[in-house]
Amino acid sequence: MKMNAFRIMTYPYIAWITAMIVIPMILILFYAFTIEGNDVVSIKFSLENFTRFVTDTTFLRVVGKSLWIAFLTTIISIIMGYPIAYIISKARGNHGIILILLLTLPTWINMLVRTYAWMGILQEGGMLSKLLAFLGFPGVSLLYTDFAVTLGMVYNFLPFMILQIHTSLAKMDNSLLEAAADLGASRFQSFWRVTFPLSLPGVVSGITLVFLPAVSSFFIPKLLGGGQYVLVGNVIESQFLTAGDWNFGSAISLIMAVVIIFSMWLTRKIDVQPGKEA
Amino acid sequence: MNKRSRFWSILSKTLIGLALLFFYLPIFYIIVFSFNGKRSLTVLDGFSLQWYEKMFNDPTMMSSIWYTIIIAVISTIVATIFGTITAIGLSKSGKFLRKATERVNELPVMNPDIVTAISLLMLFSALAVTKGFVTMLLAHIMFCTPFVILSIMPKLRTLDPNLTDAALDLGCTPFQTMTKVIIPQIKPSIIAGALIAFTMSFDDFVISYFVTGNGVQNISILVYTMSKRINPSINALSSIVILIITVALIAANLIPIIRRKAFKSKQTQ
Repeated sequence: MKMNAFRIMTYPYIAWITAMIVIPMILILFYAFTIEGNDVVSIKFSLENFTRFVTDTTFLRVVGKSLWIAFLTTIISIIMGYPIAYIISKARGNHGIILILLLTLPTWINMLVRTYAWMGILQEGGMLSKLLAFLGFPGVSLLYTDFAVTLGMVYNFLPFMILQIHTSLAKMDNSLLEAAADLGASRFQSFWRVTFPLSLPGVVSGITLVFLPAVSSFFIPKLLGGGQYVLVGNVIESQFLTAGDWNFGSAISLIMAVVIIFSMWLTRKIDVQPGKEA
Repeated sequence: MNKRSRFWSILSKTLIGLALLFFYLPIFYIIVFSFNGKRSLTVLDGFSLQWYEKMFNDPTMMSSIWYTIIIAVISTIVATIFGTITAIGLSKSGKFLRKATERVNELPVMNPDIVTAISLLMLFSALAVTKGFVTMLLAHIMFCTPFVILSIMPKLRTLDPNLTDAALDLGCTPFQTMTKVIIPQIKPSIIAGALIAFTMSFDDFVISYFVTGNGVQNISILVYTMSKRINPSINALSSIVILIITVALIAANLIPIIRRKAFKSKQTQ
């Protein structure tokens, strides 16, 4: 049958993803559940890497800090991103499209390049510390602080939040607002009880697009937090490139991947719900 | 205009202005400091092109630009062809095969980059492959192809299956059906997928950083390793990247408009 020819077209890719996606993921699983001697003779299955994950206090502190920074980044992105997305969605004619283009243009430029630029701005004697000196706080270096890392993350991930919220606001039916106004709702009431609830799916998918990369990012803390600044991503990097404990590194990666894929799956469910009700 | 709506209009203009300032400040900062006369990231002193000169004379910097472009071009071409063929095949395959492939295909998109990166690192060392250009290229093809497939699949689902059946009934081979019937209908999605693949590859840092070796560096890796010391040549390199991307974006946005205008003027003639 001719349809078979179409099925055969998928075989090369299936072979490719088996080799390049499935087997590497199995390797992570394998390393996460074994310790030391990774040569075939001395494989030892163990849960040691996972017990270390929940008992090692230095490492737990790193996890806590990563979650905290990612949480701050997300909250700031919502507070900054929502008004911007709202204003853009209210812009007349072509203005909205042009503004979205202008805001997304910088994201096409290499993330590393843009993060590196902040090093100069935040350094002692840099633009921001000069501004602070002018305001009466001389000699402040903002580079290599929590502030710098959070700022770097907000800078890199805020556009995702704006885009998601804007999409859900732009999809909204304007006649709902007219109805609310006809029924005597004030501008604030109609925003709070009509616009805001309808834009929540956008906020939720914005949260996943900001929080998840913020948790796993490792070059933003390295560049803006300095060599001593450690988040989960940096721990994984050092396990693989310097410390050489691939088993523990795999266990951390596995936990991170499971948590992230699960929360993405969850937000997708939430995203679908309101459409089903309508 | 009443007082209240004028207040809102001024407030929203200010907010948008601040947002644009926030997003563009680092970009202008880099460009301005790339012409700095002094070796400093904080103090401007005169105008010079010395950092550009240093960059063009630095073989590692030039090779990083070369590697970035060549890897992005090859992986985009391979990922686009590979992804298109696979997506078309999947759309005509059984439900189980399609669903299973789609799930695995989504993994690199959903996984944090660092997880994909270490999984590939372990694969290449398990196979005892020397890390370098080839491993980096394979990795880029691996994470670019899913984006092509993801951008084509929704469009394929909307196609009328009768057209394919008719083509096959009228004696087209499956290959002819694909090139003459299916691909013309999904061309915009293929182009969109190729664009995503190109930027993904061009911008990648995390995965490249873990799977490269032998001194093969792309622009991101170079910036990362060089940023530990003050080196204004990075500003020059970054400005070149900004220039390339801006020109490419303007071209990508203008070419369709110019074409449409040319088409219209042809029609009116």
